[in-house]
Amino acid sequence: MSSRGAKVSSRTGVAFMTPAALLIGLFVVFPFFWIIAVSFSNRSLLGANALHPQFVGLKNYLDLFDPATFWGQGGFGPSLWLTIQFVVFSALCGQVLLGLVLAWISRELSPRAKSLLHGIVMLAWILPDVVVGFAWFAYLDRDAGTLNQLLRGLNFPAADFLIEHPFLTICMFNAWRGAAFSMMLFDAALQSIPPSYLETADVVGASSWQKLRDIVLPLIRGHIVTDLILITMWTFNVFTPFLLTAGGPSFESDILPIYTYRIAFKSFEFGKGAAIGVIVMLINLAFSLAYLRLAQRGLRKKGKAA
Amino acid sequence: MNRRKLVSRIVFSVCAALLGVAFALPLIWFVFAPFNAQADLDLALPKPPTLANFARVFANGAAVGALLNSLLQAFGTVLLVATTATLAAYALARTTLRGKRVIEYVLLLFSSVVSGSAAMVPIFLIVNALGLIDTQLAVILVFAGGLLPTAMFILRDFIASIPRGYEESALVAGASQWRAFVDVVVPVLRPGVTIAAVWAFVQVWGGFLIPFVLLRSEQRMPASVEIYSFYSQAGTPIVPLLAAYSVLYSLPVIALYWYVNRKYGFRFFGGIKS
Amino acid sequence: MASIQLDKIGKSFGAVDTIREIDLAIDDGEFVCLLGPSGCGKTTTLRMIAGLEQPSRGSIRIGGRDVTCAQPKDRNIGMVFQDYALYPHMTIADNIAYPLKVRGVAEATRHEKAREIAEVLHIGQLLDRLPAQISGGQQQRTSLARALVHPAAAFLFDEPLSNLDARMRVEARAFLHHLQRSRGMTAVYVTHDQAEAMALSTRIAVMCAGDIVQYAPPLEIYRRPATTFVAGFVGDPPMNLVAAQATRNGHDVALRGAGLQMAPIVSWPALDLALERSDRVTVGVRPEHLRITAGDVATNRLHGKLFANEAMGPESLVTLDLDGGVRVTARIFGDASLRIESDAAFAFDADRFTLFDAQGVRIPGAAEDPSN
Repeated sequence: MSSRGAKVSSRTGVAFMTPAALLIGLFVVFPFFWIIAVSFSNRSLLGANALHPQFVGLKNYLDLFDPATFWGQGGFGPSLWLTIQFVVFSALCGQVLLGLVLAWISRELSPRAKSLLHGIVMLAWILPDVVVGFAWFAYLDRDAGTLNQLLRGLNFPAADFLIEHPFLTICMFNAWRGAAFSMMLFDAALQSIPPSYLETADVVGASSWQKLRDIVLPLIRGHIVTDLILITMWTFNVFTPFLLTAGGPSFESDILPIYTYRIAFKSFEFGKGAAIGVIVMLINLAFSLAYLRLAQRGLRKKGKAA
Repeated sequence: MNRRKLVSRIVFSVCAALLGVAFALPLIWFVFAPFNAQADLDLALPKPPTLANFARVFANGAAVGALLNSLLQAFGTVLLVATTATLAAYALARTTLRGKRVIEYVLLLFSSVVSGSAAMVPIFLIVNALGLIDTQLAVILVFAGGLLPTAMFILRDFIASIPRGYEESALVAGASQWRAFVDVVVPVLRPGVTIAAVWAFVQVWGGFLIPFVLLRSEQRMPASVEIYSFYSQAGTPIVPLLAAYSVLYSLPVIALYWYVNRKYGFRFFGGIKS
Repeated sequence: MASIQLDKIGKSFGAVDTIREIDLAIDDGEFVCLLGPSGCGKTTTLRMIAGLEQPSRGSIRIGGRDVTCAQPKDRNIGMVFQDYALYPHMTIADNIAYPLKVRGVAEATRHEKAREIAEVLHIGQLLDRLPAQISGGQQQRTSLARALVHPAAAFLFDEPLSNLDARMRVEARAFLHHLQRSRGMTAVYVTHDQAEAMALSTRIAVMCAGDIVQYAPPLEIYRRPATTFVAGFVGDPPMNLVAAQATRNGHDVALRGAGLQMAPIVSWPALDLALERSDRVTVGVRPEHLRITAGDVATNRLHGKLFANEAMGPESLVTLDLDGGVRVTARIFGDASLRIESDAAFAFDADRFTLFDAQGVRIPGAAEDPSN
């Protein structure tokens, strides 16, 4: 049956695709290949190398992984390690867990309370980057910020979070910023579980925790894996913390996207920036291949059931 | 049994309240500061509440110009993305084009692999080579290219859910393929196009990195970059003005999400948003 | 109105032949049903006539004109789809008038025509509504009106009644019958419902696995099914089929099978020919030709254990499990007072059965011209 249907002729199909193909080709596909090419050159913004970049082979990559500077201040190594920690703490522990808890809790709330809670969490997600950047700038202010006012009120010592705990701050920020996606994904997943499953558990007297562990989690495993991969990929590439700390102070929040930006647009070492870009894209590729494989397995399962 | 239920209900409600407050805290300041003519970074009730800050924003040429730039860039991109993505998604969903699967797969990979922060160097170089550095057109084109794959997948799913009988009955009724597309597919596809367009608009509206890298002159900067420079570079930020400006700048995004959520409900289209 | 000819039409998807090779001649004003189980290729055949599917081989002519490679829009046909395919964004009037709109008919004229045809179909009061606001039966009529609004050469129906509930289906069927007979339009109608095909057709093409097995008027198909497949597909309940072994005794042939007992029959040339190839035959008896008999009085009979006894009102359906394991059903007038799992037997008359050879092809009767 699937091969049946109104078919658009191949010629029309090509014509329909052309405008999109041009744009994607120019600004997505071409950059991808150019990045690879440039990463083997010493291209820079200014000077002789801007117009006539030379092929330098693996030099940019070797420089990045040069044992002498790899772990140095503002080097590639600390940035990579920081990014991995950032993903683990802010995305996997922060967003996914928060999302799951929020979705699970909101099941038991009245519709009005639920939409209020979702609204607040969603707001953190939908507001433009610079606005949340500014909001947190005000929120965390050493003297007058809401957080420090609150801490003082509770008799805790106040702190200049952006200076004293930059990494903790961007982790908190990213968890706060992105939890909505996981929450909504899990909310949709929970709603797809037939109520009779949970009612059956109620009848045999299972606790809320037992229901979550024995019925809900196994059923939404697919959603969890999807969420983990997407969240990881996004967090890995997120530039927004730049608006809070600009990577500082002294590289303490220098995650890879900020590092790339700094190398390419502050030091104008395009070749080296591209080499980092290639490595980031390779990591992205691993994640998206994993995601695609899962998505396709899901599709095949669906196809069988149909 | 009943007591246990009551206890668990209370526990859930308290957790929900705590989480809600935790999520709201960083934004509470925005509820008061824009209406406080003497606003500072501390949380203070405005006395009296005033709209003077908003008036000051509208009197500021640069601030208003930046909002207009944001509008121009967002609408330009939305127009471009909506038309090209609809056409391409239709071709993807309905042609027998050989290698269609491969195209889809590669597109999906590229769209997720090539992220803004990784690709900013080559994009900058391409735009430079095209002689489009510091133009609004460059921002529109680059955004459109980046948003297209996802927009196409959103729309492809919508098109796939349109019964083929719609077009077939139009063809049998005497319509050409193009006519069937325009008369039947496009109107039926409107919710999909709306969602893709809103999504694209919000992306451009909030987008910071692309205009930040591609634009140079103050008078072309969108509000996102303008706000950032207001609070990061201007020495001491003019807080009341900034608060009001941020709220004004956020309103369209909130309104659009609210509209889509109310009208169509939130669904997941190939990782909408990020 | 026009005739339709399919000449050696075939359709392959990759290496799979969905349609092997079909010849089908439909005369002007005929109502032809393509009848068969799902996957037999009937819908693909219809879609090739419409131009929505390109045949891999062969040619199609409508009204004498070769349209094998023509676009659907250039074939001048009207079509009703299984899911009606009403455009959700257009009113009923605009839906009906759409074929006129694409032909450039002015708005006033086409709405006038839409109103006319809508009146005929009793949906004139719905013209300003949207498809989502009317019932399934009304949607079905709307899609029928859209097909009829323009004077097409032929009308194609793809299971148009299958989404209606049982009562509505019978009503719509009679309506379609009346409409086609009174207007004399050429119609090709795809269905898997044999009752629909029987009720509507001037001729039925029974399809199986990409082939037309039999193409004949409904009663001919009912009375003389070409194969055991047709026999088992047409009729509700369908013809009972019981395997038997033939033994010759001069001109007499004795047929015997598990649970089947028959008086010897006098052979005829067609039977002789079949028995030369194999002595295995299938005996087919229509349910209405069976009656309940007591003991072993009747000579032609089927005996076994009573499986079910369903009283339907005017008639009863009585089902036996024959000793050989085959299940047969009789349609009995009135009701039968029989106990489940008791021994029972059906009798049938000597001129009320059909014989099929080992390949399942019907052996023409003694009185028929074997060339038929």
